[in-house]
Amino acid sequence: MHIKKSMGERAFDVFNTMLMMLLMIVTLYPFLHVFFASISDPTAVVQHRGLLLHPIGFTTGAYKLVFKNPMIPIGYRNTLIYVLVGTAINIFMTTLGAYGLSRKNVYFKNHIMFLITFTMFFSGGLIPTYLLVRDLGMTDTRWALLIPNAISAYNLIIMRTSFEGVPVSLEESAKLDGANDFTVLFRIILPLSMPVVAVMVLFYGVGHWNSWFNAMIYLRDRQLFPLQLVLREILISNSTDTMIAGSAGLDREPIGETVKYATIIVATVPILFIYPFLQKYFVKGVMIGAIKE
Amino acid sequence: MADLARGTDTQITIPTTSRWDIIRKDLVKNRYIYIMLLPVITYYIVFHYVPLYGAQIAFKNFTPSKGIWGSPWVGFKYFEEFFNSYYFERLLRNTVLISLYDLIFGFPAPIILALLLNEIKSNIFKRTVQTVTYLPHFISLVVICGMIIDFLARDGLVNNILNRFGIESIPFMIKPEWFRTIYVASNIWQGIGWGSIIYLAALSNIDPQLYEAATIDGAGRFRQVLHVTLPGILPTVVIMLILRLGQMLNVGSEKILLLYNTSTYETADVISTFVYRKGILEASYSYSTAIGLFNSVINFALLVIANFISRKATETSLW
Repeated sequence: MHIKKSMGERAFDVFNTMLMMLLMIVTLYPFLHVFFASISDPTAVVQHRGLLLHPIGFTTGAYKLVFKNPMIPIGYRNTLIYVLVGTAINIFMTTLGAYGLSRKNVYFKNHIMFLITFTMFFSGGLIPTYLLVRDLGMTDTRWALLIPNAISAYNLIIMRTSFEGVPVSLEESAKLDGANDFTVLFRIILPLSMPVVAVMVLFYGVGHWNSWFNAMIYLRDRQLFPLQLVLREILISNSTDTMIAGSAGLDREPIGETVKYATIIVATVPILFIYPFLQKYFVKGVMIGAIKE
Repeated sequence: MADLARGTDTQITIPTTSRWDIIRKDLVKNRYIYIMLLPVITYYIVFHYVPLYGAQIAFKNFTPSKGIWGSPWVGFKYFEEFFNSYYFERLLRNTVLISLYDLIFGFPAPIILALLLNEIKSNIFKRTVQTVTYLPHFISLVVICGMIIDFLARDGLVNNILNRFGIESIPFMIKPEWFRTIYVASNIWQGIGWGSIIYLAALSNIDPQLYEAATIDGAGRFRQVLHVTLPGILPTVVIMLILRLGQMLNVGSEKILLLYNTSTYETADVISTFVYRKGILEASYSYSTAIGLFNSVINFALLVIANFISRKATETSLW
């Protein structure tokens, strides 16, 4: 039973396709503009005044200036530490929690689950947490960015849901052979749950990569700054200062502009490169999280 | 009646004695599980429940030297101070309005995108649109806000284009009347693709037989959307809406801290950014904790109310 497409439906299809094309252009163009401007001749960019559909001239001068800034390699190194160590701690803690809370016949399971989910909806707030971290002596140390966010309740629930899906018979036969829960977790559950572990690594990893607020409130020592905090100084604080101080008619330094664009590219390229390979895992993660129990 | 009461008494006492046996057996049998859960429970107690306990400084005149316990009680002094301050009305108005605009424009956007994507027949095109629209979700907020500030600067890209059409430059980032538009529009730009995933998942779970039945009944594509697709994703929409309403007074400080400046405080300053400035920058710990606590309580109440209404009206709820 096939119904021929009516005029209205065909018109809708054309409109829909065009709308989606437009959405893609609007999404991608800002990044393209930044990229083109970053390799263009600085003075030409300022004089051009408008959309860039290709670079004007070609120079890598802006990139050379970016790499001359000592804070960029420092920021990169620190971010790498925070992403690697932080994610390892996250995964370790989340796995332990998810395993215990996914097992059947654990008497206090629901009490602990309540303890955890409650924190998703009600918290003491920014200031008491800040005072606690300070009292623990973590201020101005790397621990301040690694420990206070060791577990995300949301991710814990995703992982628990996934662990619950592993057939119980595997666990039972291993226990008959004398395996304890550590063996069951590391030899059976984890190897069978690698897709969800990948999702967790990505969620936590990108979280650490993008985070800047905790670094801003807990760190004074510039040698510990993550990349995003360095970027904030270059992209936000400086331009806001000039925006307010600068009276009308005062134009910005041409080279300063292209350096900003080059900084954006340098800080975003790693994500852009791994993004296509990771995308399917992220989507999977949202799907697992969406399953309502 | 007396016999019956005695009967229930004995029925209660038997399980209470055996409950301790069950717990003892459970602790022995699951000892490794509890060993694993110990660091997790410790983490939650230290980093989530200790701050909850520490929130009592909202009712105390807290000085770090005296500690949380040693500082004297002052009751609702800081709450009253906040409610009577010049900032209260402005912060509440800004927080509610930014939230509301974000809800009105930002909430339906991913749903509409998911519905439109669902109508695309070519899988390659559909996947391309998805890949492209998910991308901004992964770009850091600092970079996104840096780009916004640059493009909207007095001599930035947007003004250059406006100039070409003979429109005079607008200093967007220091005009209070533009702040909410910029905030909400950029939120949609960054989040529309990622937000649509959950609805696309809900759409793919709709039973294809329902569409077949609708086709046999002579329903066109538009009517199928109306009578099959929309009812199919309604539970997901409701859950997302409850979660969103529970966050109504919880406008995140991060993006606003990056985008606002003293010239736009009038429309941009929200409760969370004010708490940050008072607490972290000015070290008014008790006052800022009181404001944060007020915010948390309202949020929690909104969540409970939204959940209750939804459970009554649509039988979909979080708990």
